[in-house]
Amino acid sequence: MSRALPLAIFLALVGLFGFGIWWNAHHDPREVPSPLIGKPAPAFDLPVLGDPAQRVSKASMLGKPYLLNVFASWCFACRDEHPVLMAEAQRLGVALVGYNYKDEPADAQRWLAQFGNPYGLVIADRDGRTAIDFGVYGAPETFLIDAQGVIRYKRIGALTPQVIAEQIEPRVRALAGGAP
Amino acid sequence: MIPELGQLALILALLMATLQCVLPLLGAWRGNATLMAVARPAAAGQAVFVALAFGVLAYAFLSFDFSVAYVADNANLALPWYYRFVAVWGAHEGSLLLWILLLNVWTVAFAAFSRHLPEPFAARALGVLGFISVGFLLFILLTSNPFTRLLPMPADGADLNPLLQDPGMISHPPMLYMGYVGFSIAFAIAIASLLGGEMDNAWVRWARPWTNVAWGFLTLGIVVGSWWAYAELGWGGWWFWDPVENASFMPWLVGAALIHAQAVTEKRGTLRAWTLLLAIFAFALSLLGTFLVRSGVLTSVHAFASDPRRGIFILGFLTAVVGGSLLIYSLRAPKVAAGKAFATLSRETLILVANLMFAACAAMVLLGTLYPLIGDALGLGRISVGPPYFGFLFMLLMAPALFLLPFGPFARWGRADAGELGRVLRIVALAAAVLGGTLGFLAWRGSHEFRALLGAVATVWVLSGVVLYARKRWHEAPAGRRYPAELAGMLLAHTGVGVFLAGALLTTALSVERDVRLAPGESVRVGAYDFRFDGVQEIKGPNWLAQQGTVSVFDHGAPVTVLHPQKRTYTRGQVQTEAAIRPGAVRDLYVALGEPLGSGGAWALRVYDKPFVRWIWSGGLLMMLGGFLAAADRRFRAQRAPQPAPAVTSAPAESAA
Repeated sequence: MSRALPLAIFLALVGLFGFGIWWNAHHDPREVPSPLIGKPAPAFDLPVLGDPAQRVSKASMLGKPYLLNVFASWCFACRDEHPVLMAEAQRLGVALVGYNYKDEPADAQRWLAQFGNPYGLVIADRDGRTAIDFGVYGAPETFLIDAQGVIRYKRIGALTPQVIAEQIEPRVRALAGGAP
Repeated sequence: MIPELGQLALILALLMATLQCVLPLLGAWRGNATLMAVARPAAAGQAVFVALAFGVLAYAFLSFDFSVAYVADNANLALPWYYRFVAVWGAHEGSLLLWILLLNVWTVAFAAFSRHLPEPFAARALGVLGFISVGFLLFILLTSNPFTRLLPMPADGADLNPLLQDPGMISHPPMLYMGYVGFSIAFAIAIASLLGGEMDNAWVRWARPWTNVAWGFLTLGIVVGSWWAYAELGWGGWWFWDPVENASFMPWLVGAALIHAQAVTEKRGTLRAWTLLLAIFAFALSLLGTFLVRSGVLTSVHAFASDPRRGIFILGFLTAVVGGSLLIYSLRAPKVAAGKAFATLSRETLILVANLMFAACAAMVLLGTLYPLIGDALGLGRISVGPPYFGFLFMLLMAPALFLLPFGPFARWGRADAGELGRVLRIVALAAAVLGGTLGFLAWRGSHEFRALLGAVATVWVLSGVVLYARKRWHEAPAGRRYPAELAGMLLAHTGVGVFLAGALLTTALSVERDVRLAPGESVRVGAYDFRFDGVQEIKGPNWLAQQGTVSVFDHGAPVTVLHPQKRTYTRGQVQTEAAIRPGAVRDLYVALGEPLGSGGAWALRVYDKPFVRWIWSGGLLMMLGGFLAAADRRFRAQRAPQPAPAVTSAPAESAA
């Protein structure tokens, strides 16, 4: 029996690989399910970038849906994403809120001044404490939050025109259609 | 027209491989010498056609034949000829063709150097090699044809991945594949011995030089890959425990275990089943590496584009080869312990302990690599484990093997002399404590990193054992026979282990890494050096434009060197960082350009001081040389069996019966 043990272990591995091929054929590996989808966004209370006296909280954002985009000046992928946001922000049909993540405010402002500012509002989470509540893996990430403060969609990694057209716009339209 | 010739050559090669697989195995089974004699000509014919197909693809690249989709995807008019040649194996299809070409190189070498082996044995081994060829040729023809045409033909092609446009890339895949594929010979020999029910252990001696050479090439491939990642990826790291790196590291670990186990089986006749199993595993893990990289089962930074059809094909092939050989093993492996008995304290025991550690380490790497997959399968979500898991467990599992390393050569076969081992222990421990402790303390003082201390102590521990044994041979063996190639290879490889340890642990402990913003004229101090940024200029290469920085390095005011890190933009828009490195025996100075910051000409720069980093690769190269040297031992040279009538000559009689 012990001579057949290597074979048994190998066959178990083959089963695992077969599963892996099947799983990858049916899932997008970039889509990491977030347990927060369909749940209320965590409560937050953060200062506005460049104007620390002014604060934005979850409560103050209720009433209208918005797209929360996590970015940072140190993040290379955000630079790739940035032109897409610049081009698409106007026709999203929803407010685009920047979430400046673990960044020096001066660096972030210089970055926005250099590449342009697609955001209507930018909030700053300098130590990344609130981002933990949002389950942020890294930048860039994007959350769609509805008028009731519920997270409807989450994207890990850069937004592309395709993702915006196929994933975000239909959801935004559905939110708008559902509103009275 | 010419690309179709390549396609045709592949089909003919497949026919030859089928002949090479089926007829000799049948002949060895039925005892038919005519069928067995097909093996060598079929192998030679297959090699000719595969070489032709490879040549055709190379020609398509060199002559800019963009009607071939693979060429159009991986080369363009601006790419210099040497990178167009490298592009032959720069992506999935061509790298498979390289794999099969090297398999043919090994097969032809084995066919040529196996004439002194019993005919049925060589026929079985060549038949097994033919089976592997059939699988890979079918894979190329059915799922990954490099000669597929593109209509209409584009005027210019895309570009070879800029990461691959580097001298390291010219040699990395061929060397790595030489290692992977080389284990096929040890594998084929092991399966042939199982099929033939070989009762003596002569086959192990035949397998040993092949294993050593394959392992040497694999070592070289990994070293070049590590160096390439260091120089080209711009992160200054030398090992990332990435799935693809792990795929090459697992066969390396098992191969190292196999080299030692084969020595035991050859000299003492013991551990036969274990040696057989390791020979199967070494090659199985090479195939697994191919599977993991190409099936898309694991996502990795340098995985080839994945396609589920390919994944299913390789999985089926893997099941046939590995499952089949493990089935043969479970039916035919020697059931009774054979060979000479050994005491608890003996060279056999030391090698066995080290072997188990190597095997456990390979299993640990496999588990860590497959973790995300296991997480999905069990519904636990995507979990991956990173360098902390691998690094910690690797050190933990390798520590016993390193502890025993100085004693292995001193321990006698069968029963070691406890008194002698005790003497060695005292000397090695004293050297490690005094010399290693002093050096380690000096390194530790600057960094307060325990790994610096550990690195120095471990290095002295290993090297003093090697020196002690070399000295013993010098005094005790007669002149001229002090260091036969096998023994010298062992000493060299063990020296490599010591040198690698120093490099790996000291680099990890003592490196200084700074990410800084520098305006022209500003300086930063990293380690004991001042780096002054002198601004950025534009320069132009054959198929790229670059921003090239100038960084002057000073040691207490005295100029040391001027470095030119680049940020290249290739013709097709890909951006690639070229780090500038001042190499040195005791430290590398390393500068990479980040991003331009603001309008004053300031840039983000990564500036590293990397002490002893070259020792990592030097250690690897010494291990490689040790493997090659040991393989050259006179004992392994072809010698005809001296006895006039070996049992195999009864084969014709059997067929008559």
